[in-house]
Amino acid sequence: MAHDAAGSARRRPVTTESPAVRVTLILVALAFLALFLLLPLVAVFDEALRAGLDAYFAALTDPDALAAIRLTLLVAAIAVPCNLVFGIAAAWAIAKYEFRGKSFLVTLIDLPFSVSPVISGMIYVLLFGAQGYLGPWLRENGIEIIFAVPGIVLATIFVTFPFVARELIPLMQEQGTGDEEAAISLGASGWKTFLYVTLPNVKWALLYGVLLCNARAMGEFGAVSVVSGHIRGLTNTMPLQVEILYNEYQFAAAFAVASLLALLALLTLAAKSFLEWRYADELSGGRRH
Amino acid sequence: MADVAVIGRPQPARRRLKQPSVIPGFGLTLGFAVTYLCLIVLIPLGALVAWSAGLGWDEFWRLASDPRTVSALKVSFVTALIAASINAVFGLLLAWVLVRYRFPGRRLLDAFIDLPFALPTAVAGISLTALYAPNGWVGQYLSQLGIKVAYTPIGIVVALTFISLPFVVRTVQPVIEEIDRELEEAAATLGARRWQTIIRIILPMLLPPLLTGYALALARAIGEYGSVIFIAGNIPHVSEIAPLLIRIRLEEFSYAGASAIATVMLAISFAMLLVINLLQAWSRKRFGHGA
Repeated sequence: MAHDAAGSARRRPVTTESPAVRVTLILVALAFLALFLLLPLVAVFDEALRAGLDAYFAALTDPDALAAIRLTLLVAAIAVPCNLVFGIAAAWAIAKYEFRGKSFLVTLIDLPFSVSPVISGMIYVLLFGAQGYLGPWLRENGIEIIFAVPGIVLATIFVTFPFVARELIPLMQEQGTGDEEAAISLGASGWKTFLYVTLPNVKWALLYGVLLCNARAMGEFGAVSVVSGHIRGLTNTMPLQVEILYNEYQFAAAFAVASLLALLALLTLAAKSFLEWRYADELSGGRRH
Repeated sequence: MADVAVIGRPQPARRRLKQPSVIPGFGLTLGFAVTYLCLIVLIPLGALVAWSAGLGWDEFWRLASDPRTVSALKVSFVTALIAASINAVFGLLLAWVLVRYRFPGRRLLDAFIDLPFALPTAVAGISLTALYAPNGWVGQYLSQLGIKVAYTPIGIVVALTFISLPFVVRTVQPVIEEIDRELEEAAATLGARRWQTIIRIILPMLLPPLLTGYALALARAIGEYGSVIFIAGNIPHVSEIAPLLIRIRLEEFSYAGASAIATVMLAISFAMLLVINLLQAWSRKRFGHGA
């Protein structure tokens, strides 16, 4: 550069585009994101508050809306811990041992992500529905699964199945087995090793997985709508309540409930970005920006 | 592995199911994981396979070739292909802009890309419908131009573009971050213009992750339900998607009809994923870069 100081001051580095190209690309990207991401988000809150704050809070404190909020919280409170325990067990087995069929197991764990939500709900109807394989037996014994809370929980567990496992597996594989082997050889029990050695190593990745799992569990619509039966006050989760209100042309109320879900999404995004920024080294490789 | 070396035992035979380890809990964790996997995922999916197999070939074919079913599958796959293609172009552009350029608000934008993963699909659905309806913020301008988006297949494409937006960005982004700038400098030193470097050096490196992202976006878009049903209008043969038809069949208690559509959907999407995986393996071999 020194040999041609006057020329190089104006010359751009060879590994970037001209300023005009750069500005154009940035503007196109911003316009695309504004149109496809920002606008839908703003529209939710705009529509929710269109009828005024009083109507907004009235819609949220409606008994059916409250019942939907309660059910959503209940379903997430069951589904997330189930998948959390599974995620830890699967990650421990996959990351700490070498055994045959491991990569096949990893593929199977990701399977629910490639199944349509409607099909995810439908498979439980085929098993437990009125004409399903176990339907007659369930009816004789008075057990309700489809069009009841257990079906909603099952469908939610299915669609959120891989979230925790897929955060933990790559991270624990990267961390290897050295720490655990040291703890065991110093006389720690398996549980102690897990609690005091493994868990501190993976806690942020665990939280990351739980955040994503929870967001999906509370927001799932397709799978749940197939098994729920849409019984008001009983089997409506928040997303289903949004659909019912919308289809009844109660737009402000529908968007009011939707705005709660949008807030949840924003909180999830904020927490997720915070973890990526603050604890990047303690998340699985793909999450480090 | 370490314990083997210390104790001085011979290397475990390749045939062995599990290599020895001092860490306890293999039986418990693998046993629990596999049991849970079977109960929640494999047995219910098996029920779908069993139900379709129980139909017999003739009955299955009659249900699957029903004109309304064929139209629904066509709508689902064509709109998903268009949405994934839109995202391939804009996802690549977004990933490039986010990695290579510095501008105010870049980090916020980066975090914002994942919104479609976090926002429940039903919320996205009603919001997009409000925007693109003839009296909505965007729809009113489009309708002046004579373009109807809401309640047409174009609306389906808009919804699918929204929900599958993050896939291409998130698969291409880390690969752009890892591109060795020296390659670009070398190309420039050897006399390549910037556009030549981009087309002949950079794009081939980005092809494998682009295909992965495309496949993920496509798979997600084909099965999508929540965001589409509000904006689609759901007119049979025109804007009715396959997942909605499955739900309609289930509500008619026609489990057979629903199983047939679901099986065809799963079969076609797995076939498409297989083709894209093969393409990806080929491009990785051809251009020598991993995704």
